[in-house]
Amino acid sequence: MQVLYGRHHIRVFRFGVRLVRDEQVAEDLISEVFLDVWRQAGKFEGRSAVSTWLLAITRFKALSALRRRKDVELDDEAANAIEDASDDPEVSVQKKDTSQALRNCLSALSSEHREIVDLVYYHEKSVEEVAEIVGIPENTVKTRLFYARKKLAELLKAAGVERGWP
Amino acid sequence: MMAMKKTLEQEPGEIEMLLPWHAAGTLAVRDAKRVEEALACDAELGRQYAAIREEYTATIGLNESLGAPSAHAMAKLFTAIDSEPARKPSISSRISAGISGFFASLSPRTLAWSASLGGLALVLQAGVIGAVLVKNEQPGTFQTASLSTDRPVTRSLGPEAPRALVRFAPDASVSDITKLLATYQASIIDAHGDMFRLQFGNRAMSKDDVAGLMNRLKSEKIINLAVAAQ
Repeated sequence: MQVLYGRHHIRVFRFGVRLVRDEQVAEDLISEVFLDVWRQAGKFEGRSAVSTWLLAITRFKALSALRRRKDVELDDEAANAIEDASDDPEVSVQKKDTSQALRNCLSALSSEHREIVDLVYYHEKSVEEVAEIVGIPENTVKTRLFYARKKLAELLKAAGVERGWP
Repeated sequence: MMAMKKTLEQEPGEIEMLLPWHAAGTLAVRDAKRVEEALACDAELGRQYAAIREEYTATIGLNESLGAPSAHAMAKLFTAIDSEPARKPSISSRISAGISGFFASLSPRTLAWSASLGGLALVLQAGVIGAVLVKNEQPGTFQTASLSTDRPVTRSLGPEAPRALVRFAPDASVSDITKLLATYQASIIDAHGDMFRLQFGNRAMSKDDVAGLMNRLKSEKIINLAVAAQ
């Protein structure tokens, strides 16, 4: 268990932080996730990677935690708040800091879009694995990421960042 | 190729929807080839791919900036586990978890999901089956089929083939591991976390030969640790 925890806890934590936007809640989550893994180890059939199984449990726990926290219920509101607090478009352009603007806009995506972007880019999950973690069809995985990227492009454009696409 | 040139008002094309996975290196070989061919002859798709590469880099940077949980989280977990009723996992489940965990720790690029994975999977499967058989039977003995007494007549087969506990380098590819197993006529018979117990051939070796074998293993680039084991 220590080896499993040592190998996966940071990615589980970061996935949790991105979902619940709260480090303390994410810390509580990882304890719950690995305790569940301990309890359900016999049910793991090895049909998917351990990391995929862990991220699916983390997602379930995070959504449950969010449902419990009434004060963090509207992602769009949170997204707008972050967008408003970021550099205004002109400042962003002046700084030419596309990377920082991208990070701001990635944080401003909805929870649904954030999780799919993170799973594909950071957690390097395949279409099939994302479908398993999120519990949606594979085609939906592909289209959801496309529209997450579309939203990201809109946010970047609003921040004055042009990238040649779209 | 025009079919792939979509504006955002249109439904996305199949290839352009695969671009993020291509950037992350998690596409199957066949799909990756299709994407590369499309990128080679579609400038607009290339621009979109460049944007995706930026998103990919920024997402990794953002996640890496999130830090790590405190030691309190681990302490809380193991306190909770200690208060759980004791359980004893089966050997086969521990082996399976160990092997799965090892491969989960490798990045998709390292694995590359090539045909060699299938080859190694067979080797591992054989190793797991072997380990389970070893567990269920007395090691190094046989029972005659013709003689029946109260106690089975068994005879030791003598010294066993050498074994070692090995930890592979994190960047070891599947094909590297497969080659190493073939070179040393080794098979994986057990796994604990990221440590693998290998058996070399079927014959016993002298102490000096075993020491020489361990030295050769230690000099392999893809092996971080190798110690003689039972």
